[in-house]
Amino acid sequence: MITEPIVQLEDLRRSFAIRRKAGRLRRQTKVVNAVDGITTSIQPGEAVGYIGANGAGKSTTIKMLTGILVPTSGRVRTCGYDPVPQRRQLAREIGVVFGQRSQLWWDLPLRDSFRILGAIHRLPTAEATARTEELVDRLGLADLLDTPVRQLSLGERMRGEVAAALVHRPRLLVLDEPTIGLDMISKERLRHFLIAERAEFGTTLLLTTHDMGDIERLCERVLVIDRGHLVFDGTLPSLAERVALQRVLVVDLPEPSPDLHVSEAAHIGSDLDGQRQRLAFSPKDTTAARVLAEVSAVTEVVDLTLEEPAIEDIVRTLYGVG
Amino acid sequence: MAEKSVAEAYRVLIGSRIRSQLAYRTSFWLTVTTSVAVGLVEFVEIYAIYANVPVFGGLDLRQSALVFALGNIGFALADAVFGQLDTIPTYLRLGRLEILLIRPMPLLLQLITADFHIRRLARLAVGALIIVIVLPGLDLSYTPGTVYLLVVTPFVGAAIYGALFATAGGVQFFLINGPEFTSAFVYGGSYAGQLPGSVLITPVRILFTFVIPATVTAYLPALLIMGLPGPKFLPAWLGWFAPVFAAWAWLLSWLAWRAGIRKFTGAGG
Repeated sequence: MITEPIVQLEDLRRSFAIRRKAGRLRRQTKVVNAVDGITTSIQPGEAVGYIGANGAGKSTTIKMLTGILVPTSGRVRTCGYDPVPQRRQLAREIGVVFGQRSQLWWDLPLRDSFRILGAIHRLPTAEATARTEELVDRLGLADLLDTPVRQLSLGERMRGEVAAALVHRPRLLVLDEPTIGLDMISKERLRHFLIAERAEFGTTLLLTTHDMGDIERLCERVLVIDRGHLVFDGTLPSLAERVALQRVLVVDLPEPSPDLHVSEAAHIGSDLDGQRQRLAFSPKDTTAARVLAEVSAVTEVVDLTLEEPAIEDIVRTLYGVG
Repeated sequence: MAEKSVAEAYRVLIGSRIRSQLAYRTSFWLTVTTSVAVGLVEFVEIYAIYANVPVFGGLDLRQSALVFALGNIGFALADAVFGQLDTIPTYLRLGRLEILLIRPMPLLLQLITADFHIRRLARLAVGALIIVIVLPGLDLSYTPGTVYLLVVTPFVGAAIYGALFATAGGVQFFLINGPEFTSAFVYGGSYAGQLPGSVLITPVRILFTFVIPATVTAYLPALLIMGLPGPKFLPAWLGWFAPVFAAWAWLLSWLAWRAGIRKFTGAGG
């Protein structure tokens, strides 16, 4: 049997008409092409990162392939369905986590959200219970089940959201900014879970994020969208070949200093007469700790931050090269 | 199959809602008392009229109370089930509708099952109490016809008011600031429905019968129950056709709802 792609987009487009006042009575209509001819497909079991700057068209694409928005033209098939007309059949095959919107029942205990979702998805009680227990166990939610959702921390709630999206064992899990606002530990915990879940059930992952860490840990393939166009579609290593997925270590020194030169990283800038310096390094070759050790050997470090590569920079570099 | 799951989801939801509302006893009794009080105040408006005039719109106080009670019970039932639809603007503003669209259940059903307030049901008590008080004094002849009307009218009324809620819900998708519209449309309809229809001036009377079938929810069936004729342009026998009006109202609401969803999903209106 030939396996059908989980997601198939053919010359997919979506435009919005934006009306605004021009003069006293006239109104100008401006057409914005949010998604402007995207063709690609995702095979079952793939883990795909979908990145782009704010307003690049990520959310519009996600809405079209989950059955929330009708394309202006082109074709979209998700799990073999035409998303909007067959939205209810599709809903049983996909799970969606919107990082910025909760699908849990705000004022009810977390446990109740899982029970209600089980009923909405028409799962037999025994199956729903078993699956919920499994998710609760793996995501460490046992102690939170009787807490009303509104009292959960962001990290706890996100784990609840992911569990809620997986109660019906979807074939495709769409995560829209799942780690936004989470601390490092919560992020790592979520990533660990997703890796294990995918290894066991072969769930296809489609992930939009601003965090390159998510992409590097979870995805084999990356799609980059810019102003509605797909500007990159390839493996993570091939993206790394074209753009430097560098980390930047920002160190604050006690007093203005000359530019630091260390062997593990490249000096890319100084502010405040050298009191704050920026050092770029590639996580493939070294670690932040080693760069820091080298700097500490030369001067005292008052404060430090670690910056992930910005999606905007990646997109810009892609344009520069291509 | 589908019904079973909807019923199950509703059972789980209502169960948890009731538990969480009962968890705060004081708050629970306060909200129940308040909504009963609101129902009573509405009746006091009618009572105040009769303190000054013996007959209003061709009905005396008892007869008017029957109209009020039938309409009130119908509206309370509709409010308990469909009242949740007035939160659509909030869903739109917070982008929560997207969440509902990725679940395998019709949107309307999800919205009406999204919450449940006991206080909405508490309103029923006022109408029921008034019926119990006024019925013995009305000296009705209990034929199969009147008994049928007494039993069925609140439910048909609930269906009509439910359709008004759903229509207003569909229209929300086209409005920037919609709650006022829902209030005017739905609560205006219910207010008109609980008054003797004869007191409305003719154009309004026609509007609230043939466009928004509010007079059909209580006034006309009550006339039939009491064996009274209707006013101009509003023959009492129309009361027998209340289910037809309900079907008409639901057709309108279905169209409004469909247009609303199509607008939201960008499929064109």
